[in-house]
Amino acid sequence: MDKTVNQKAWFLVLPVFLVVAFSAILPLMTVVNYSMQDTFGNNQFFWNGVGWFKELLDPSTDLGGRFLDSLARNLFFSAVILAIEVPLGIVVALSMPREGWSVAACLVILALPLLIPWNVVGTIWQIFGRPDIGLLGYTLNHLGMNYNYVSNEFDAWATVIVMDVWHWTSLVALLCYAGLKSIPDAYYQAAQIDGASRWAVFTAIQLPKMNRVLLIAVLLRFMDSFMIYTEPFVVTGGGPGNSTTFVSIELVKIALGQFDLGKAAALSLVYNLIILIVCWIFYTVMTNAGNERPAKQGVA
Amino acid sequence: MHSIPGRRTIMVLFLIFLLLPIYWLVNMSFKTNGEIVSTMTLWPHQPTLANYMRIFTDESWYSGYIHSLTYVVINTVISISVALPAAYAFSRYRFLGDKHLFFWLLSNRMAPAAVYALPFFNLYSAIGLFDTPWAVALAHCIFNVPLAVWILEGFVSGVPREIDETAFLDGYSFPRFFVKILVPLIASGIGVAAFFCFMFSWVELLLARTLTTVNAKPISAIMTRTVSAAGMDWGLLAAAGVLTIIPGALVIWFVRNYIARGFALGRV
Amino acid sequence: MARIDLVDLAHSYGGNDAPLESFALKPVTMTWRQGGAYALLGPSGCGKTTLLNLISGIVTPSSGKILFDGADITPLSTQKRNIAQVFQFPVIYDTMTVGQNLAFPLKNRGVPKADIDARVKKIADLLDLTPYLDRKATRLTADAKQKISLGRGLVRSDVAAILFDEPLTVIDPELKWQLRSKLKALHRDLDLTMIYVTHDQTEALTFADTVVVMHDGRVVQSGTPAELFDKPAHTFVGYFIGSPGMNIVPATVSGHEARIDGHTIGLHRNYGVLPAGAKIEIGVRPEFVNVAAPASGLLSANIERIDDLGRVRFARVRVGDAKFAARVPPGFSVPDNTVGLVFDPSHVHVYADGRLVEGVA
Repeated sequence: MDKTVNQKAWFLVLPVFLVVAFSAILPLMTVVNYSMQDTFGNNQFFWNGVGWFKELLDPSTDLGGRFLDSLARNLFFSAVILAIEVPLGIVVALSMPREGWSVAACLVILALPLLIPWNVVGTIWQIFGRPDIGLLGYTLNHLGMNYNYVSNEFDAWATVIVMDVWHWTSLVALLCYAGLKSIPDAYYQAAQIDGASRWAVFTAIQLPKMNRVLLIAVLLRFMDSFMIYTEPFVVTGGGPGNSTTFVSIELVKIALGQFDLGKAAALSLVYNLIILIVCWIFYTVMTNAGNERPAKQGVA
Repeated sequence: MHSIPGRRTIMVLFLIFLLLPIYWLVNMSFKTNGEIVSTMTLWPHQPTLANYMRIFTDESWYSGYIHSLTYVVINTVISISVALPAAYAFSRYRFLGDKHLFFWLLSNRMAPAAVYALPFFNLYSAIGLFDTPWAVALAHCIFNVPLAVWILEGFVSGVPREIDETAFLDGYSFPRFFVKILVPLIASGIGVAAFFCFMFSWVELLLARTLTTVNAKPISAIMTRTVSAAGMDWGLLAAAGVLTIIPGALVIWFVRNYIARGFALGRV
Repeated sequence: MARIDLVDLAHSYGGNDAPLESFALKPVTMTWRQGGAYALLGPSGCGKTTLLNLISGIVTPSSGKILFDGADITPLSTQKRNIAQVFQFPVIYDTMTVGQNLAFPLKNRGVPKADIDARVKKIADLLDLTPYLDRKATRLTADAKQKISLGRGLVRSDVAAILFDEPLTVIDPELKWQLRSKLKALHRDLDLTMIYVTHDQTEALTFADTVVVMHDGRVVQSGTPAELFDKPAHTFVGYFIGSPGMNIVPATVSGHEARIDGHTIGLHRNYGVLPAGAKIEIGVRPEFVNVAAPASGLLSANIERIDDLGRVRFARVRVGDAKFAARVPPGFSVPDNTVGLVFDPSHVHVYADGRLVEGVA
């Protein structure tokens, strides 16, 4: 895999660079600009320096309190999501049928939630969970549980988490399934000959071979759950109170709701920076994992 | 050996978990509002197509579908066509700043849409693209182009370099090699990348809603209008929801045999 | 350590109702002696890997039985068969060190730790893997990985036979013979039954004391390399083994004589009258046909080209429609393109429908 050095390759990359730069760099400059200013509407701006950033990181201020609270909520949410979706996704991938029409059927149904617009996902669960007209809410209430995601914080959280599990576990499962499919049969046969138990096959063969796709799955899920906006917004609107207000919801509230552009921009930058750092770690880990892999071997 | 004990039960339970909420939506879309609100019925007792009729006869409803599909298709075409040469470059050559550029591209995939909502609003208003499908299509490029580059790079790397060299020795020019040889070889990869672009553009709402008001408003945003003076029109909302699931379901059906390969992203 | 008997063993991937012609392995009955070094030789798709997988238990036979030392083990799972198998591509447990890889089969069987350590050390010594014991197995070269796969088989003291499925495919040519001689040495030292699947006749002939040739789901001949060379039981064995392969030409045979293209060749044995309707051919290895100056009484042929293999030269000649390879004696120079062919009658064999016909001396 020795690549040749060729600076003309830049011409091939140029279209991508221009398209993404147009959508990324100009807006980013606007955000940086806003983040240093304050506005009282009417397009009048005042220089505020790093004022917003100071406030943002100080929990005693209104802005800082809101930011840090939503950040903590969001981190907790991402942690719960990962703890449920990754193991469940692996189990589902391992439960896939081996051959026949049922494979295609399972794949289609698994992929279905991934292609539903995010606000429709929210709508589906908003309806499904309602105690008066939703199957889930109705059933739970008739079983004697006082379930109501609008008024009860715990119920709201549970609904948002179950919804995310419903929405995204398939992604983990499909990635893992693709990883499992790439394991040559000889591995399973050798394990059989070596007398490996089912669990040993999992830990010695399947898990190590899925390691790369799992990394992708974990990081995609982390990123997307950390940026989540639409689905909880539709279901709970961030409530009850602020109990399900995640960082993106807070940000949109400040930016488009209050038109506090300076605060919103500062929040955006810090928010983006956190994700960027995680992304960089992800990238480094990925490329190192890639370098460790030995030369590709064909499989007959 | 591939699978685990009790796998059938697990799979069936999980599929039921996935399908039940969707079934409930479909079920409601065929009910009258009276039936929805007054009784709990597991299937429509007085099935009606009225909700669907309203959507198909009201232009402000069905034009939402056309808007959505328009910007999704524009976005997919732009993403794939700019990503293809870049994927080739990243796969075959080393050049100044290649790794940083690749990282920068990927980092945009990780940028929260909420961060960009407002600046995009300003940007596209300034250049007069606001409330056109082009605005949404271009905005979605920020996460779809990096993704397409990443997926295609994996597939291009799967094509042996000898093929390029042979083609150039045979006197193919670069563009001709690209169109006649490389593209057919990675056709399935292009399909996979297009699938993912379609998927992420179709499901995104925040940017699509922020960048449109009337003329390009996507269907999923129009749905929020079902709150009327008489309370929620649940049946209509459900019917609109069902209709937004259908394009995705169709796409999945056509690519069902490639899903597993697609999720391997051409690299495993 | 065991003798392996196959009794009417057959397998079809399409189920038992499939026509016999489509069986991947047609019914076979044979015995593999304890301590033998066997090679299963044949082109791809001839059923050799199926046979191997039946013995190891990866595939369950459609019909027939497999006996280890007389005991029927057909229904037993792979784990319970005490078979070791080395695959075409090295199978390595990525996350483990070389030592852990070697210990894996013993750990799975609940062997005490002290015994495992002793056994792993011994096998590592035997395979020259000792310096790598604490290294991650993924980083090693293909031949070292293949040694680890082999080691995982050897590490079990109870193993009945070791099966090899084209194990040298991914090994660099210069390392191939090293690894092969290692295998031979191990075979001598450990007194194990080894079955080695390959499509490469050099590999088969140098490794094995008994070569089993398969063709189209059938075992066509099983014998020492010399037997396969001197007296192929089937025309397939004749041209598959040897380089160049055996000359096989249609002929009419009666008594002590074979006629090709109007010319008579003397035979060493009496074949009496052969069954009518069968396709009769004679087979003779190029090593036992010499070209000579044309003379009456010799089958005359036209030379198409001469292959110089260094130690020996073979002429490619044509007799009527039939093509022949024949040895060119040292120092022989061809005056023009026409030569005579001299056959060694004791090495001319007669085949009916592809099978060797035994004549009467």
